[in-house]
Amino acid sequence: MEEKFDAIIVGAGLAGLSAAYTLAREGLEVLLLERGDYPGAKNVTGGRIYLNPIRELFPDLWKKAPFERHISQEGVSIMAGERSLNLSYRGEELEQEPYQSYSILRAKFDRWLSKQAERKGAMLVSRSRVDDLIIENGRVEGVYAGGDELRSQVVIACDGVLSLMAEKAGLRKPGSARQYGVGFKEVIELDSALINERFGLEGDEGAARLYMGEVTKGKFGGGFLYTNKESISLGIVVGIHDLMEGAPAIQAPVLLDEFKQRPEIARLIKGGETVEYSAHVIPEGGLKALTKLYGEGILVAGDAAGFSLNIGVTVRGMEYAMASGYYAAQAVIQAKAREDFSAASLASYESMLNESFVMQDFKNFSAAPEALDNHRIYTHYPELLGNIMRDMYSIPPGSKERLYPTAKKYLGTGELWAMFKDLRKVMKI
Amino acid sequence: MSEILGLKAKLGLDVFKHDKEPHIKIKPGMEKDPRLKRAVLVCPAGLYEEKEDGRVELTIDGCLECGTCRIACGTEVLEWYYPSGGAGVQFRFG
Repeated sequence: MEEKFDAIIVGAGLAGLSAAYTLAREGLEVLLLERGDYPGAKNVTGGRIYLNPIRELFPDLWKKAPFERHISQEGVSIMAGERSLNLSYRGEELEQEPYQSYSILRAKFDRWLSKQAERKGAMLVSRSRVDDLIIENGRVEGVYAGGDELRSQVVIACDGVLSLMAEKAGLRKPGSARQYGVGFKEVIELDSALINERFGLEGDEGAARLYMGEVTKGKFGGGFLYTNKESISLGIVVGIHDLMEGAPAIQAPVLLDEFKQRPEIARLIKGGETVEYSAHVIPEGGLKALTKLYGEGILVAGDAAGFSLNIGVTVRGMEYAMASGYYAAQAVIQAKAREDFSAASLASYESMLNESFVMQDFKNFSAAPEALDNHRIYTHYPELLGNIMRDMYSIPPGSKERLYPTAKKYLGTGELWAMFKDLRKVMKI
Repeated sequence: MSEILGLKAKLGLDVFKHDKEPHIKIKPGMEKDPRLKRAVLVCPAGLYEEKEDGRVELTIDGCLECGTCRIACGTEVLEWYYPSGGAGVQFRFG
């Protein structure tokens, strides 16, 4: 008789690894299949991970986790063509343990997490691409991978944002460009002492910065910068729909080159050496774009299910991936106890997610994708704010105009009315 | 032009492992489909190029497997799969 696993997990990203770790911890037989040379080889983040929502789900994990720096300094930069307005935030709570968030490099972190899952008893096979699902009588019975037929009680599709597995199971259709962004970034090596000096950091403190406006030439999206231990992650996220429609037509890689040449950025990365260039699609459709989460003998978790959320001030995905992997595993543990892996039995996955921060966040921020899909945010306001600041700081040869009229001349009735309408949309976030 | 050279040099920093055959192909007869022109703009690795006769060509070497072209162009014009196990880009930082 051939071997049958309790669960086969497709993809060793954060969702798959979290599911494998949780299942193996409970003694279930888990096979984790990863197409890369090692877990993390195909994975990309901006990136930063927030621990508070998931700390309790994996209590033993955090102490030795190979994060980069804890983020002690937040920054937003509104970029106009020739000027920028910066807001930075430091707070006592960001400097106290347990730290809220960390910068992270996935090749390092995922590989480490896979070791923890293996230590609990999960079986990891790398360099193994899953080609198809075994579907019999409308039920998922396992996978085909590299010519092998592998059977299990349940398959957990954690195969990332395109999730070909969920497509094959009929749980989703190929996505529309409006529901996705593409992120691309460089990892730029820089001496840690130099990073600390340039960003005003000490020890393992880290900085996170978001950039909006000219960075994306008015397209939906923005730039990001995170300090790692000995490198800087610098990149851009743009809505795929905006990028492919042109107006202005600009190739994605050119956006990043121009971003790097901005004086505000150039001086931060000066002397650094780019060591890697990576890119990945990001789900940005919010609640409406989530896939069906379960079927007969199958569950979907992480980016595969659409669990990534852009609310303007933060873009988060990794906590949702880890939490959804955890709850998928819990649903499988319950299903095993009932000896029932039908869709009705696996539906407990969705109920658990509904009660967790995952679905609550997606519901709370269901208006965010629409509110942020407003070109005035990415072109008009950065220029407007930049011009007001310029005039405020400008001292002409003659006498200086009063401050209020200086700002007021940019804010006519038409402008105020348009702002009011935009504000009403943004207030829904 | 300098941007394109810069991009090639950048992709040269990544670790790629050769695959037996290209994992993304333009479907035969679709080379001039307008949907393919989107890929020229969206591909972060700049692997799609529009020729003078309007055909779009894809060079698979340097593919970051991000998935953007599949979403922008769709599976009517692209035959899209991941590289075989152990092939393709292997991120060392990610």
